[in-house]
Amino acid sequence: MSQHQELIQLQAQAENELADARDEKQLEAWRIKWLGRKGLVPAAVKQIGSLPKEERAAYGQAVNQLKQAVQAAFEARQQQLKEAAMAAELRSEGFDPTLPGRRPQIGRLHPSSATLREIAHIFAHMGFEVYTARDVETDEYNFQLLNFPKGHPAREMQDTFHTTTPDVLLRTHTSPGQIRVMRERYPEPIRVILPGKCYRYEQVTARSEMMFHQVEGLVVGKNITFADLKGTLQAFVDQLFGEGRQLRFRASHFPFTEPSAEVDVDCILCGGKGCRVCKYTGWLEILGCGMVHPNVLRNGGYDPEEWSGYAFGMGPERIAMLLHGVDDIRYFFSNDVRFLEQF
Amino acid sequence: MRVPLSWLKEYVDITLPVDELEERLTLAGLEVANVEYVGVEPPASVRFKKQIKPGDVVTGNGHIVWDKEKIFVGQVVSVEKHPDADRLTLVTINYGTEEPLTVVTGAPNLKPGDGGQKVAFATAGAMLIDAYADAFKVRKLKPGKIRGILSQGMVCSERELGLSDEHEGIIILPDDAPVGAPLADYLGDVVFDIDITPNMIRIASIIGVAREVAAITEAPLHIDMPTWQTSPPPAGDYADVEIIDDDLCHRYTASIVRDVAVGPSPFWTQHRLKLIGQRPISNLVDVTNYVMFEWGQPLHAFDYDKLLARAKAIGKDKVKIIVRRADEGEKFTTLDGVERTLDADVLMICDEAGPIAIGGVMGGLETEVSDETRNVLLESAAFEFINVRQTAKKLKLPSEAAYRFSRGVPPRLNPIGNVRGAQLMADLGGGDIAQGMIDDYPRPQPVIEVPVTERDVQRWLGIDLSQDEIIDILQRLEFDIRVEDDVIWATAPWYRLDVSITADVLEEIARIYGYDAIPETLLADELPPQRRNWAWELEERLRDILAAAGLQETINYSMTAIENYRKTFPDNPEDAPGPEMFVTLANPLSQERSVMRRCLGVSALENLQRNLRYTDRMAVFEIGLGYRPELGDGVLPKEIRLLAIALTGPREPGNWLHGDDSPMDFFDAKGVLEALFERLGASDDVEYRAESAHIFGPKAAGVYLNGQKIGNVGEVHPKVRAAFDLGDRPVALAGLQIAPLIPYIQTKKHLHPISNFPAVKEDIALVVDEAIPAGKVAALIRQTAGANLKDIQLFDVYRGDPIPPGKKSLAFSLTFQSPTKTLTDKDTARLRRKIVGRLSREIGAELREA
Ligand SMILES: [Zn+2]
Repeated sequence: MSQHQELIQLQAQAENELADARDEKQLEAWRIKWLGRKGLVPAAVKQIGSLPKEERAAYGQAVNQLKQAVQAAFEARQQQLKEAAMAAELRSEGFDPTLPGRRPQIGRLHPSSATLREIAHIFAHMGFEVYTARDVETDEYNFQLLNFPKGHPAREMQDTFHTTTPDVLLRTHTSPGQIRVMRERYPEPIRVILPGKCYRYEQVTARSEMMFHQVEGLVVGKNITFADLKGTLQAFVDQLFGEGRQLRFRASHFPFTEPSAEVDVDCILCGGKGCRVCKYTGWLEILGCGMVHPNVLRNGGYDPEEWSGYAFGMGPERIAMLLHGVDDIRYFFSNDVRFLEQF
Repeated sequence: MRVPLSWLKEYVDITLPVDELEERLTLAGLEVANVEYVGVEPPASVRFKKQIKPGDVVTGNGHIVWDKEKIFVGQVVSVEKHPDADRLTLVTINYGTEEPLTVVTGAPNLKPGDGGQKVAFATAGAMLIDAYADAFKVRKLKPGKIRGILSQGMVCSERELGLSDEHEGIIILPDDAPVGAPLADYLGDVVFDIDITPNMIRIASIIGVAREVAAITEAPLHIDMPTWQTSPPPAGDYADVEIIDDDLCHRYTASIVRDVAVGPSPFWTQHRLKLIGQRPISNLVDVTNYVMFEWGQPLHAFDYDKLLARAKAIGKDKVKIIVRRADEGEKFTTLDGVERTLDADVLMICDEAGPIAIGGVMGGLETEVSDETRNVLLESAAFEFINVRQTAKKLKLPSEAAYRFSRGVPPRLNPIGNVRGAQLMADLGGGDIAQGMIDDYPRPQPVIEVPVTERDVQRWLGIDLSQDEIIDILQRLEFDIRVEDDVIWATAPWYRLDVSITADVLEEIARIYGYDAIPETLLADELPPQRRNWAWELEERLRDILAAAGLQETINYSMTAIENYRKTFPDNPEDAPGPEMFVTLANPLSQERSVMRRCLGVSALENLQRNLRYTDRMAVFEIGLGYRPELGDGVLPKEIRLLAIALTGPREPGNWLHGDDSPMDFFDAKGVLEALFERLGASDDVEYRAESAHIFGPKAAGVYLNGQKIGNVGEVHPKVRAAFDLGDRPVALAGLQIAPLIPYIQTKKHLHPISNFPAVKEDIALVVDEAIPAGKVAALIRQTAGANLKDIQLFDVYRGDPIPPGKKSLAFSLTFQSPTKTLTDKDTARLRRKIVGRLSREIGAELREA
């Protein structure tokens, strides 16, 4: 067979195989085989060197034609495949946009954590640092240093889980942290919030839990007044529940503050008109607060003649219940995913 | 404390509408928990009203509105027998109209021949409580024939009027009740239910509330000190009193009321007691209750003749009251008939024959007043409040009296209550009072003068009040005032024991000035030094990272059961931590929540157990404390911040796209940890060492940070899984201590320059012994390749033909890139040879031929 015929055959074979390349991958394999550095076409071109001089010109012309033809066929095929691919991509039969998408798994914070975080953020803007204190406490820190002597009737309001170690208990409120932070920071002024778990020896019902969170706030300084306390809490409530909330400060009693107050916000559900959640009063109790009792300041190391302070406490679960319309506190720690996944 | 408005008005003028008064009381610390309208319509100003229709059930105490057009004070004109029914009578009632009305009734307290009684008379159309329904169900009175006789009205019982449960007979009103008056005008009332904070025991009486109302509303008070009419011989002839333990009894007064006749109390006494929530018993007992609710002084009435008999039995001719601690083990039968064994902390009222009452808590069975009582020794005393509280709690004997004593009854109230009680007994029982009062008063009530200045008010409350304004407020509260230059010396009125320091007075000033009138100011004080709480910030970072990794946060109870720990040692439960390793509750609510958890893993398993009933896939985490008594300092346990991760169920929930729904396993949990360490910049310092723990099967690892163990990750042992009822699929669990990670959020990550030279990818497959961990191979490659190795990924692990048994093939994809030049084929080939050479020398790896 003449070299010329071989070239014709080669071209025919290349074109045949090219026609079989049905996607980009096959096309690339074809390209490597035929047009690659070690491909058949360059190999045919290289043969030119092994020919006698007189045949070289004719062969060169033929092989060049071959090379151009194969290259052109390749490019045409490439174009064809691209167009086919685009056409395929643009076909829409069977496409149903209502089919569910591929969703990444999403996680969430527990609603108590999320509410705590929101509270901490708002207070952070007012210069309050987060201070964490321990859960298992002594009677001294949980009660005595907070002005609840043994036998004090106010202790009845905080039914306590005791441990088998005498005078060791589960804190009933975050307030023992007040003493801890004061003793650590004296003589600096203080502006902290103390979040954490608290425990009460109470039957678990829709309204009461044996474990819950509290966020305590404590400010100690040289010129801290009840008016400052009111201003701080109004600013907080405006940010948490939205601008323009009405607050109502009611006189109350906590042994570790004097004066003491309970704070109501106008019902966020009915706007004060009266509903089941606010028991038709138009008000929701959200906070307890007061000026730090002189004995407590003294127990923390601060002279009440020179220093004054205020403290407040609130329950993130209570607030989350109001914000999200949750009517049963037991949801929070039963961790039913059907509950958790709604936040 | 239930406070009927009609009773309150006896002592203070009230002109405010009810709801305004309610609001003022609540704001001043007398929290009105509820307002009951007894027979009367709530005033128009009350915002939230419920309309009652027939068939409705009234909650609470069943109060309804008495229609002024339909329910009246009536008078029985005559009572005749019903012609056709023995137990029914025909009662003719005059209720102020020209024509009296005849109705049929079965009331047992109206008999043929009766006449003249005043009754509550309802005419047709009146809304009443259905006396025969279980609940307080409202019905509309309709005229009807009863045994052939038309009845167009009804004489009502207390229950039908919504006054009480009483339905034995109809209510008989006092003789002076005005016939024809609407019943609502005559008997209607409003009852406030006020919550009493522990410092406000002074308002546990109608007079106490009246004083507060006067101070708050500036209304005049009308409180007269009670007086009595007495006659000889003097009380001292009848009895002596001696307080032995005066630390527990500060004052004891006694009076003698002679020749009383026991019987029911008059209508109004009974009515008021009912409104306040007490059941009337007899005039003598009712007086003790009445005075307690009126003045706040609990009284106890002894049957004097029984005391005298006891004295005579031991050869004495005079009663002597002795107040002393009980003897250890002393026995005593209280008036509820229970014999109690006492200890030496219990204060007893005794006579010379032995105990007759537990001081402030409960009287004795033997000496209590009865229907036969003729002469009474009336006790009015003051006890140490903490001791009464402890005794009442210890003996489980709560009572209205113990409640007041356990919060402090001022000794100066004792004689007032005694005079009032004795005179009322004499009035209601027709007796007389022996002259004088026996009074042992060893511990006089302290008088405390407290200084307060304008500056104190400004400094503490943030308001500017003049000295005169401060004095005015304190005088409204009946403080005695003495002014010395700029200092006001304030003495609380005798009936208050709660004022001893300046802050107490400041609270009173704020309360009466009104919390709502105090301005709102922004903190102007120096900003304290600001610090970051890294432990808190770390927790928050971890929450975000894990939520972003698709995990749901949970918060479990800190309390669990030791039994749950034993379940995690399926082969050797005795290896589980013993009780000494737990903080144990002395009074758990249940055994399932009786110790504080040491770690969070057990909580996670409990959590999965509950949830797998509803869902087959769980991917959760928790951040919280573990409590370790053995690491504690002194009596308190060490509290360690921990993280737990638990995964079980399909990797992806099933859907039409057929994702990977194979069950999550060890590598899912490990992957979460890797992502977490990566985000914290800790990856290079973390190692996973093959090691199991009791809770895991063999697929587990210890997690090490800089060579220190910080936790575990693994698949829960199938036996543990079974013990927690977690089904058949793997449960992957990881637990970490998080404190060691704090330094990583304090350090800022440093940017590695981004190279502009091309990256070269090289795959390399190595055959190694089965025993050689992939992590070791990867580490060697990394060490050998040096800085130009940008990334290494293990993309295949292969065992089987043609790999010889006992060997495996690990295929890595390596990315090389230089910051300074384009890597040539030669460069990568050299690195490749270097890697293969070292691996071959050190671990006998062979390059797998493609
Ligand atoms: Zn509402």
